[in-house]
Amino acid sequence: MDKKIKLAIGLGSTCAGCDIAILDLKEKILDLASLAEIVFWPTAMDFKLSDLERIGKNEIDISLYHGTVRTSEHEHIAHLLRERSKVMIAFGSCSCFGGIPGLCNLTSREEIFETAYKETPSTVNPEFITPQTETTQDGHHLTLPELYNDGKALPQIVDVDYYLPGCPPAVELIERLLPIITKFLETGELPPKGTVIASDKTLCDECPLTKENKMISKIFRPHEIIPDPKRCLLEQGILCMGPATRGGCGARCINALMPCRGCMGPTAEVKDQGAKMISAIASILGVENEKDLSEDEVEKLLNQIKDPVGTFYRFTLPVALINRRIKEGG
Amino acid sequence: MDGFEPKIIGFCCNWCAYAGADLAGISRIQYPPNLRMIRVMCSGTIDPLYILEAFQKGADGVFIGGCHLGDCHYMAGNYKTRRKVSLVKRLLSQLGVSPQRIRLEWVSAAEGQRFAQVVTDFIGEVKELGPSLLNQEAARHG
Ligand code: SF4
Ligand code: SF4
Ligand code: SF4
Repeated sequence: MDKKIKLAIGLGSTCAGCDIAILDLKEKILDLASLAEIVFWPTAMDFKLSDLERIGKNEIDISLYHGTVRTSEHEHIAHLLRERSKVMIAFGSCSCFGGIPGLCNLTSREEIFETAYKETPSTVNPEFITPQTETTQDGHHLTLPELYNDGKALPQIVDVDYYLPGCPPAVELIERLLPIITKFLETGELPPKGTVIASDKTLCDECPLTKENKMISKIFRPHEIIPDPKRCLLEQGILCMGPATRGGCGARCINALMPCRGCMGPTAEVKDQGAKMISAIASILGVENEKDLSEDEVEKLLNQIKDPVGTFYRFTLPVALINRRIKEGG
Repeated sequence: MDGFEPKIIGFCCNWCAYAGADLAGISRIQYPPNLRMIRVMCSGTIDPLYILEAFQKGADGVFIGGCHLGDCHYMAGNYKTRRKVSLVKRLLSQLGVSPQRIRLEWVSAAEGQRFAQVVTDFIGEVKELGPSLLNQEAARHG
């Protein structure tokens, strides 16, 4: 095929696992190379922001953006890509929902500066100098991107056409992009806007383990128990986000007998992944004859869940209904 | 907090708490008008989402009324409610929202007086807490 699409891969606050996931296409990466001319991919090749700035409006066919929008530079890249691309795909959980860096919403910029530039034992900074967006040193004007107080998901910043969730996205799902790109190249046709390239059902739906509708009264952390490899992990007391998580990853973690952490985000009907998981846990965490339990005993039972926000919104805090910690009474 | 009238959303089950509220009404028992009540069939059907959404949309407190334990019209709905509410409280306190802004009470259809009393008590408590910051936060972050 001689006609190629122009592809750009841009980034926010990223661990680059998403880039590695693209490279994990292995020999299929050659299919990608035969389909696409890469016009911007700073992690993998020597591209600078100015290369992107030089590209004209709508000149890029498809752009992928991975990482959380955490700084003014990330936001700038998102806008540049959006303006220059016909199709923009949020790639990976950070981009789709805010991801792990989005847990920064549990703290604030001030607190982060306080810890990083003052409190850590290895820091000596009596004047408490923190990063400034602009400064002049010996006649040189220097600038830095601004660290935002909140982490944001890409769709909170620009209009997004498609979503490819996962931390990082499963190779099988990235492969699904290839026929989409081919079809676009040949016919100009695209899937409906807003399509999530994944399953429409929950992970439990594709999970190979057996559910027996058993109650649990003890929660185990993964290292505290050797689970029965045939039975549902949640029903063995391991917090598994399967009921509140979209399928499509091939139940990767479950197949390694590790609980799902929820990286695919919620299904389309679910507005808030954490609320959904609280419902699921409330249905299963208890004892047969609960009338005999005192309030204290119920609290003890639920106290086993140590970090509700980190567990239920590990990847989706910025898009949650209540998406940051506020300060009420300190 | 002078002059602050909290906005409180109440979810009450059809069989007990709502009937209790009705009885309070019929018996002309007075309680402050801050509670906006929503009738649900069973307190067990209250999705944690409703509670989060109420706060996100600017409620200062959420009241949940169900049947006494053992009296649930649907057998065990209120046990689930108890667990759900406790988890939502934990979640909210991690997000900096005082768990005192949520009140779960069991009220039977015969307890009109008690209904008025627990609601009055709760409204007073939320008044002490002041307006929920989530309202302003939501506005600030769009
Ligand atoms: S989605 Fe996961 S793999 Fe991708 S950038 Fe975020 S943390 Fe890394
Ligand atoms: S809760 Fe987890 S282990 Fe159980 S069926 Fe769902 S995905 Fe599988
Ligand atoms: S099992 Fe859960 S955490 Fe693991 S890849 Fe799938 S969705 Fe993500």
